[in-house]
Amino acid sequence: MRLRGLMRKEVLQIVRDPSSIAIAFLLPVVLLLLFGYGVSLDAENVPVALVVEQPDAATAHFAGGFLGSRYFAARQSFSMEEALQSFLRHEVNAIVYLREDFSANLKRSEAATVQVIVNGVDANNARLISGYIDGTWNEWVRQQSLASGLGAGMPVQVQQRIWFNSEVRSQNFLVPGLIAVIMTLIGALLTALIMAREWERGTMEALLVTPVAMREILIGKLLPYFALGMGGMGLSVAMAVWLFDVPLRGSMWVLFGGSALFLLTALGMGLLISTLAKNQFVASQIAIIATFLPAFILSGFIFDIGSMPPVIQGLTHVVAARYFVAILQSVFLAGNVWAVILPNAAALVVMAAVFLGITRRKSQKRLE
Amino acid sequence: MKTASEIPHREKSATDAFVLEFSNVSKTFAVGKRRVEALRAVSFNMPTGVITGLIGPDGAGKTTLMRLAAGLLKPDQGRINVLGLDATADSLRVQASIGYMPQRFGLYEDLSVQENLDLYADLQGVQKKERPSRYEELMQMTGLAPFTSRLAGRLSGGMKQKLGLACTLIHPPRLLLLDEPTVGVDPVSRRELWAIVYRLLQEQEMSVLLSTAYLDEAERCHEVVILDEGRVLGQKPPAQFSAELQGRAYLVSFSGANKRHIQQQLAAGQGVIDAVIQGEKVRLVMAANVVPRVDSMLKGAVQAAVQPVPARFEDSFIAMLRSRSGGEPAMSIELSAAPSQPTASAAKVIKVDGVARRFGDFYAVRDVSFDVAQGEVFGLLGANGAGKSTTFRMLCGLLPPSEGKLLVAGLDLRKAAAAARARIGYMSQKFSLYGNLTVLENLNFFSRVYGLSGAARKERIRWALETFELEALAHATSGDLPLGFKQRLAMCCALMHEPEILFLDEPTSGVDPLARREFWHRINELAEQRVTVLVTTHFMEEAEYCDRLAIMAAGRILALGAPADIKKQARSKHNPDPTMEDAFIGLIQEGHGSEPIQ
Repeated sequence: MRLRGLMRKEVLQIVRDPSSIAIAFLLPVVLLLLFGYGVSLDAENVPVALVVEQPDAATAHFAGGFLGSRYFAARQSFSMEEALQSFLRHEVNAIVYLREDFSANLKRSEAATVQVIVNGVDANNARLISGYIDGTWNEWVRQQSLASGLGAGMPVQVQQRIWFNSEVRSQNFLVPGLIAVIMTLIGALLTALIMAREWERGTMEALLVTPVAMREILIGKLLPYFALGMGGMGLSVAMAVWLFDVPLRGSMWVLFGGSALFLLTALGMGLLISTLAKNQFVASQIAIIATFLPAFILSGFIFDIGSMPPVIQGLTHVVAARYFVAILQSVFLAGNVWAVILPNAAALVVMAAVFLGITRRKSQKRLE
Repeated sequence: MKTASEIPHREKSATDAFVLEFSNVSKTFAVGKRRVEALRAVSFNMPTGVITGLIGPDGAGKTTLMRLAAGLLKPDQGRINVLGLDATADSLRVQASIGYMPQRFGLYEDLSVQENLDLYADLQGVQKKERPSRYEELMQMTGLAPFTSRLAGRLSGGMKQKLGLACTLIHPPRLLLLDEPTVGVDPVSRRELWAIVYRLLQEQEMSVLLSTAYLDEAERCHEVVILDEGRVLGQKPPAQFSAELQGRAYLVSFSGANKRHIQQQLAAGQGVIDAVIQGEKVRLVMAANVVPRVDSMLKGAVQAAVQPVPARFEDSFIAMLRSRSGGEPAMSIELSAAPSQPTASAAKVIKVDGVARRFGDFYAVRDVSFDVAQGEVFGLLGANGAGKSTTFRMLCGLLPPSEGKLLVAGLDLRKAAAAARARIGYMSQKFSLYGNLTVLENLNFFSRVYGLSGAARKERIRWALETFELEALAHATSGDLPLGFKQRLAMCCALMHEPEILFLDEPTSGVDPLARREFWHRINELAEQRVTVLVTTHFMEEAEYCDRLAIMAAGRILALGAPADIKKQARSKHNPDPTMEDAFIGLIQEGHGSEPIQ
C-alpha cells in the first residue's frame, strides 16, 4: 500500500510537471535531430580552390576529377594570390595548385608537380581532406596510365570492402551512440533532480517521519522513472530506425534488455548523486559533470577509445555508457554478437548493483 | 490572551506517565569548519495529555529537539524516550505512533488536497474502509472540505498549514510534534490552528509539543519549556513564569507626544528592563524593587500616568534573556549628514497609484494605492503571500508593475530606476549578504557598489562599524554570525550610501525578541533624522511602532491609516479596546471571508 501510494504520487507529479516529460521525450528528439542532421563526421562538399595557371586539355581533365566529385565544392581560379586570399578568409579549406609548366612537364614525362595546401587547424578534417585529394588524384593517374596504355597490368590490386556500415554514413555510427548519451541524461539527471527536489521542498522530512521504509522510497522513485526512461528509449529507437534509416540488425529483445540494464545503472547514479547533494542545482551540476560529460567523451560514442592514452582508456572502464555504446553499436550495425554483448552486459549488471547498493547504504532514514 | 483557566484541560488518568523524556541529550553539527552545539545536555520530561510549548529565539535548538524526538537525528549523547520507546534504536516504531509536522510541511504542491491526503493515508497504512470517515472528520475540522480538488500549491499559507496538519493527523498519533506551525500564518488561520490543537487534546487524547516564536502563544500552553542556545532555561506553566515578575509591569499612558519618542526615553530609564509600545500606551517592566519614576525619565512637558498591570509571559521571557546577556547595549545612530531637510512638512516621497502586479493569471498585488510622507515609518502588515514583498520589489524598481504608477523620491521607476535607486536603501527578507565574505568585506563591497571611494568610504565604514557595534566582528565571516547580527550588518549595508528612503522587507522575522527591540530602536533613530522607513512585518505588535500602516491580504489593501484609527474600526460593544490582531481578523472576516487566494 505504501509503495503503491508513493508510485501514484510520483506518476501524478510527472503528469503535472511538464519538465520531466520534456526531459524524457523532448530532449531525445532535440538531441537526435541536432546530432543526426547537424553533426556529420563525413567531409562532403569541402570548399577547395583549384588554381590552374595555364588551362589546357590536360589540366581540364585533372580539374574535372575535382569538379565532379561529391566530396568537393571546387572553385577554379587562375592566380595563386587570389586562392591564398580566400584560404586565409576561411572560404576554402584546401588549395590544389597546378603551375603553368604542369602540362608541359607532363608531356615530357618529367616530374609534373601538384602542390596541395590543406588547412590543418582541424586535424581530423585535414586528414580526411588530404585523403580525398589523394584519392581523386590517384584516380586521375590511373585513368591517365590506362589511356596511355601503360598501367594495364598493375601487379597489386586492392579489393576494399567496408563491413557493418558499408555506406560509411556517420549517422549509422552516431545515432546508436547518441542513444546511450540520451539515456544517461534521462536516467541520471532526472532522478538526481527529483530526489534533490524532495529535500529542497521539505517533503523528504515529512516522508521520513512516516512509517515508510527507505527501500520503499527508493523503489517508489526507481520504477516510475524506469518506465519513463524506457519510453524515451523507445522513442529514440523509433527515430533512429525510421527517421535516420539506421539498420537494426540485432534483435529487439537484446536491445531492450541492454537498455533496461543501462537505465538501472543510470538511475542508480542519479539516486546516489541526489542522496549526496540535497539541492537541485548542485545535483544537476554533478549529474552533468559525472555522468553526461563522461558519457559524451569517454564512451566511444564519438571518440574512439582505442586511440586514447592508456590512462584515459583505463578511466573509461568506470563509465557505464561505454558498455552500453558497445552493445548498441553491435545490436544496430552488426547483429546479436554475443561475444560483445555478454561481457558488456555483465559489466552493466555489476555497475548497476554497485550504484544501487551504495545508494541503499547511504540513504538512512535520518536527516544527517 | 488566554488565562490559565480558559485553556481546555483533559481529565488525567492515573496511569499517565511522560510521553517524551529527554535525559542529558547533546547534539553538535559541523557547519563548514565551525561546530555548532545545537543542544547541550538537555533534560526535560513532557507530561501526557497537555500542550507543551517550546519557546526560544531562533537558533536555540527547537527544530533539532523536534527532529531528535521524531527519530530523524541521532543524539551524540543522552537518551530520548518517546512513548516508552527509544527514539534512536526504535525509530520506525516511534514514527508509526507519533505525528510530526516540520516547519515547512512537505506538501506536494503539484498534488491536490485529496491526493496529498491519499498519499499520507497510504504511507501511514490507514485502511481503505476507515478513510472516508477520517477524511470527513479532518476536512470538517480544518475547513478544507470545499477545496479537496484544489492543488496544494494554490492554497493560502494558512490553508497549507492546516492541510499539513490534516496529513499529519491522518492516522491519529498519540504524540503530536508541531514545529513552528503558526509562523508567517495570518491571524485568522492562527486562531483556527489553535482551536484545532485544543480539540485534538480534548477529543483524541493527544499530547502536543509545539514550538513557536510568538511569545503570546506561550500563554496558550499548559507548560512551557524555554530553550536558549541549546540549554533548557526552565520548564513551568506559563503563569508561574510571569508570577515571578508580578508587580513589576506597568502601563504608561500619556498624551500629546509621539509614542515612539516616549518609548525610547522610557527604555533608556533607570531600572527599566523592557519598554514596548502596547496599543497607544507604553508597557514598562522594571527591575526588582525599583519604582518607575516616569516623570524623571521623560524629557519635556509630557503628561504621563503610570498604572500597574499583571505581568505576562513575554515580560518574564525578556527579563530572563536580559539577565543572561548582561547589560543593555547603548544604541544611537547618528547619520553623518542628515538627509535633505524637510521642505514641506508633508512632502510625499512615495506615491503608489492603482498598482497591480500579475504573474500569469494570478494577481499577486491588485489595485494598491497609498503614499508615504518624508520621515514617516510606514508599515505593510500581512500574512505570508499577502503581496507585501511584491509591492516592495516594485517600489525598489526590481519588478515592473503590470498596471498603475509608482513614484519614489519624485522619480518614475520605469524611467529613472537607476537615479531613484541611488536614493533608496533596500534590505531583503533573506539579508542578501555575501556569507563567505567577512563583515568588513561586505561593507567594502556595498559601499563601492554605491559609488563611495577613498576617504569618504573609509569614513562611512568606520561609522557603520561603530554605530552598529560591529567593530569586534569586523573580520568574522558574515555567514557564521548569529541572525541578529546578520540583520544588523544587512541594515548597515543598506545605509552605506545614506539613502533618504529605507525599505525593510520582513527585517525581524526569525530574529529573537531582544534583537527585535534593538532593531526597532534603530528604526526610531532613523525616523528622527527624517529618513523615510517602509517596513513589512507579520508581527501584529510591531505594527504599533509605525506612524501609519496598510493591512494587506490576498494582494489588496484592506485598511490604511494610523494604528489607532485602524483599531478604532474594530471597536465593538464587547471589545472596547481591540488589539491590532483583533482589527486584522475583523477586517479579513468582513472583507472577503477567511478564504483568500484564487
